[in-house]
Amino acid sequence: MRKAIITGAYDTDVGELPGSSCMALHTEAAIGAIADAGLTKSDIDGVLCAYSFTEPHLMLSSVFCEYMGLQPKFNAAIEVGGATACVMVMQAAALVESGQCRNVLVVTGDNRLTGMAKGGAVATLAKVGHGQFEHPYGMSVPSAYALVATHYMNEFGVTSEQLASISVTAREHAILNSKAHRQTPITIEDVLNSRVISSPLHVLDCCLISDGGAAIVVSAAETGDDRPKVSVEIMGTGQGHTHEHIMAAPSLSDFGCKQAAQTAFQRAGVTANDIDVAEIYDSFTITLLVELESIGFFERGEAGPACLDGALKIGGRLPCNTHGGLMSYGHSGAAGGMFHVVEAVRQLRHEADGRQVEDSQLAFVHGDGGILSAHCSLVLGRV
Amino acid sequence: MTGKPIPVANPDTAVFWDACNEKRFLIQSCKSCGENQFYPRAICKNCQSNDLEWQEVSGRGTVKTFTVVRHAPSPAFKADLPYVLALINLDEGVSTMMNVIECDVEDVHIGMDIELTFELRGEQYIPQAKPISKG
Repeated sequence: MRKAIITGAYDTDVGELPGSSCMALHTEAAIGAIADAGLTKSDIDGVLCAYSFTEPHLMLSSVFCEYMGLQPKFNAAIEVGGATACVMVMQAAALVESGQCRNVLVVTGDNRLTGMAKGGAVATLAKVGHGQFEHPYGMSVPSAYALVATHYMNEFGVTSEQLASISVTAREHAILNSKAHRQTPITIEDVLNSRVISSPLHVLDCCLISDGGAAIVVSAAETGDDRPKVSVEIMGTGQGHTHEHIMAAPSLSDFGCKQAAQTAFQRAGVTANDIDVAEIYDSFTITLLVELESIGFFERGEAGPACLDGALKIGGRLPCNTHGGLMSYGHSGAAGGMFHVVEAVRQLRHEADGRQVEDSQLAFVHGDGGILSAHCSLVLGRV
Repeated sequence: MTGKPIPVANPDTAVFWDACNEKRFLIQSCKSCGENQFYPRAICKNCQSNDLEWQEVSGRGTVKTFTVVRHAPSPAFKADLPYVLALINLDEGVSTMMNVIECDVEDVHIGMDIELTFELRGEQYIPQAKPISKG
């Protein structure tokens, strides 16, 4: 089987970007990733897009290709919430490995901060809830994750302080990254004293809402040997899906991330212990904590104390979300998950200035869509 | 007019919502495999049989997990703040989402026994949970 490698990666500015548009962010990211791969537009024979809140469309990938002047051999849009970026990378790898495409552009972006009315993104996100059986009860995405948090804290003794340390670590990493949306230093007390959105989650337990875009190019390994940058191999991928609506989740302790990660590790021929750097979906502090334990990076009940002890910091046992994550780097819809992918590429190329994990060879990336509903894991390796 | 969402029934759920207007909560029981399910579907999610029958629940359950919402997802819910959003395990083995009402939000806890009640929303009664009344 052909091998799939990431040859190009690019992310736009992130944060509050007045004057940006969904398609302009897409094209900036796309042009950047294609150039980063040392390719030209005509080399791209496959395109994968995600979704947009500000320019929602039945055929977003066709809209994008028309906007940018692309006429690929394969073109599709994928929507699996926060798992979308990883699912697109998995799909791009499959297209390349099967010989259907040689260079697949995977592109995301949205201006959901400046392009919507205040509260618009939060209201749109709440639509992941069931129209008849969840919406009438005033469920938001934070309150749905709070349901998981209450259960998980009660069951496994997780404390609010432990959750807060996840937010603080993300902010510490963002401070090392000049592009990050939020860079004001915060302490555990700041998190605990911040406004409660839905108990036990405070506003500083929640991710940001940002404008931004990101793209990568996935290529067949045998194409071209004059690439400008170090390539990153897509070594293993996997998915896990258990439910969509939180009321229908078969468990509030174990989620599809377990299956997704096990499959990805198995296909890559590695274990969780081999991973040098992890970029894991962190829509809320509880999201990351549950994933860390469900995936197997920590035993049940041990992730919280470990986070508080600095395990997720650069230089710690499992450097995690080294760009600042969704909590502090930024969250622009599907691009939010793609920022994790781009950061993993930067870490494996050893070009993460100011926040480089020393000699990183293996990275783990994970995306979560819905309320811990849809999961996709990637194991990436420096070639 | 509260402005809060009112459920709109579809062919899968019309029987359920009609029963709610009689203050009865129905789940589906599969005559083929015996599994109970909620929310209503055209088929049994366990065995894919379409031989389902409606069954009225006892109206008792427990709080599986909950959160006290302090930031409203839309202006319509602002007047209710703070309110409890919960997942409820009904005694018949199915899980639902409801608010726990008619009690102090601080009194709600995991494992709390509840009973069903019905709240009028527009012209539709929707099921809600409340502490089991004493005596």
